[in-house]
Amino acid sequence: MKNIIEIEHLSKCFGQVRAVQDLSFRVKQGELFAFLGINGAGKSTAINIMCGQIAKDSGTVRIDGVDLDCDPDSIKRNLGVVFQSSVLDKDLSVQDNLQSRAALYGICGKEFKKRLSELSELLEFKDLLKRTLGKLSGGQRRRIDIARALLHKPKILILDEPTTGLDPQTRSTLWRVIGDLQKIEGMTVFLTTHYMEEAADADYVVILDSGKIVAEDTPLNLKNTYTGDFITVYGANETHIKQLNAPYETIRDAYRISVPNTAAATELILKYPNVFQDYEITKGKMDDVFLAVTGKKLTGGTGK
Amino acid sequence: MIGLGALVRRNTKLYFKDKGMFFTSLITPLILLVLYTTFLSNVYEQNFRSSLEAAGAMVSEKLIGGCVGAQLVSSLLAVSCVTVAFCSNLLTVQDKITGARRDLSIAPVKPGTLALGYYLSTLLTTLLISFAATLACLGYLAYAGWYMTVKDVAALLLDTVLLVLFGTGLSSCVNFFLSTNGQASAVGTVVSAGYGFICGAYMPISQFSGGLQKVISFLPGTYGTSLLRNNALRGVFKEMGAQGFPSEVVEAIRDSIDCNLYFYGNKVETGVSYLVLTVAIVLLIGIYVAMNMSCAKKRHNHNGKVFSKIKTVKKSGL
Repeated sequence: MKNIIEIEHLSKCFGQVRAVQDLSFRVKQGELFAFLGINGAGKSTAINIMCGQIAKDSGTVRIDGVDLDCDPDSIKRNLGVVFQSSVLDKDLSVQDNLQSRAALYGICGKEFKKRLSELSELLEFKDLLKRTLGKLSGGQRRRIDIARALLHKPKILILDEPTTGLDPQTRSTLWRVIGDLQKIEGMTVFLTTHYMEEAADADYVVILDSGKIVAEDTPLNLKNTYTGDFITVYGANETHIKQLNAPYETIRDAYRISVPNTAAATELILKYPNVFQDYEITKGKMDDVFLAVTGKKLTGGTGK
Repeated sequence: MIGLGALVRRNTKLYFKDKGMFFTSLITPLILLVLYTTFLSNVYEQNFRSSLEAAGAMVSEKLIGGCVGAQLVSSLLAVSCVTVAFCSNLLTVQDKITGARRDLSIAPVKPGTLALGYYLSTLLTTLLISFAATLACLGYLAYAGWYMTVKDVAALLLDTVLLVLFGTGLSSCVNFFLSTNGQASAVGTVVSAGYGFICGAYMPISQFSGGLQKVISFLPGTYGTSLLRNNALRGVFKEMGAQGFPSEVVEAIRDSIDCNLYFYGNKVETGVSYLVLTVAIVLLIGIYVAMNMSCAKKRHNHNGKVFSKIKTVKKSGL
């Protein structure tokens, strides 16, 4: 798989604040790439630079083989962006909004109607076309934001905290649609999120802290590197659990034992087969990875 | 120029959808007309009548009504063409506040096209409102005393168009630097309160001090006011001549209400006034487009400089 985004030594300062410091990473075509970090970590700055919205101080940005400094317009045609909050016109109807934005990419007339029909079917908003955008619910508006980003069939869809403030059902609908887009159109999805479960589904994760990359890998490797495994034992009594000489916690109907890795878990199970009659082994969560890497907890948009 | 039509359509639709913005712009000239006719017309009429009586001239009520009406109407149009443009041009600021500007500039649209889109839509909406105001003013003149020919009306409409072009250019350049509602409303207040004075609409320039008169003679809006005055009052002065007014008296009236403008003591001809206004319009549009382009270019050049620096370092093997 070829690299569709290549960032090399990207830096940006705002006065004394070093928003992005020597950032280098690559995104492969068709993958779901997650950018994690608390507010002010530099995620949005990096995205804004990639989209040509703000100037960088140093470094290079190549998107689909094109250097941002050489042909920004061509890069803009390959990017679809869903901003943190809706930036469409609240006083206009859904159709008027999409029509005015499509025209900026030269999509008009029959071509626009065809694309609108495809998108309204995919994102299920056919019945909303005549409604005023400002009168839609948060979830409905998000779907229109995504449709706007997809109007010109971009190769990369950038989602800047797309599900913040949405109810779980709408979040799951959006992720289903995004998953479909990835599969059907081979689209690369570049995501920034505060929701760890969303990052856990990514193909590759980069964790930012104070403008620098502090960890990057697949979710599995990150979990293996930065957190241990957990064995949840059901129907055992505490005396037996204590015999294991491993840290544990009591949960509602079981005990949760912490082990450094899967090999250690296997070893423990083989050593005490009578204790492990009913059990499951789970990896650490992305929250644990984030906490281990940055020393901060990522909860609903605020670093603690 | 991809998307220019779509941008103009979008901006115009948004303007008419925003009832606050639309009605504020629409009622500004109407409020001015009501205020002028309610509070100022009597004062103007009495002043005019007493000065003429002092000069020993007898004037019909209709002629006084026509003269004062034309003076008020030209003042109103001179102010409203510019203040309405400032009201209509608030979308440029609103788009920055709502983030819509980011969404528009993320598309491959040239910054000049984006700027022209705002300019043309503001021009369109300001023209609509200013023509509506002109119609109301002509209606008032028909009631107060009508002395205009078709040619005068056409010239008055041309002046309105020029002043709208000027007001739109001026508001575009000023609003370019604004990014909050507070700034926009402050600028709107300053323009509404001050523009009428500096363009000679509220008070004749001849009543200002010599220094101020010189400063005001450098402002293009003054020439727009004078053009409107001349075209609105041409018929009235013609009628005064026909009724036997000495030409010195007519000329004195023309001087006192800025129909005659002087630049360092030299009388400015009508053609020169049109030229000044046209050059000001072209300059303002040029400055506005250039500001938008230079802003984008600055960003691109900054990126470009970094790019070439890296290439040089790589070549030299450092």
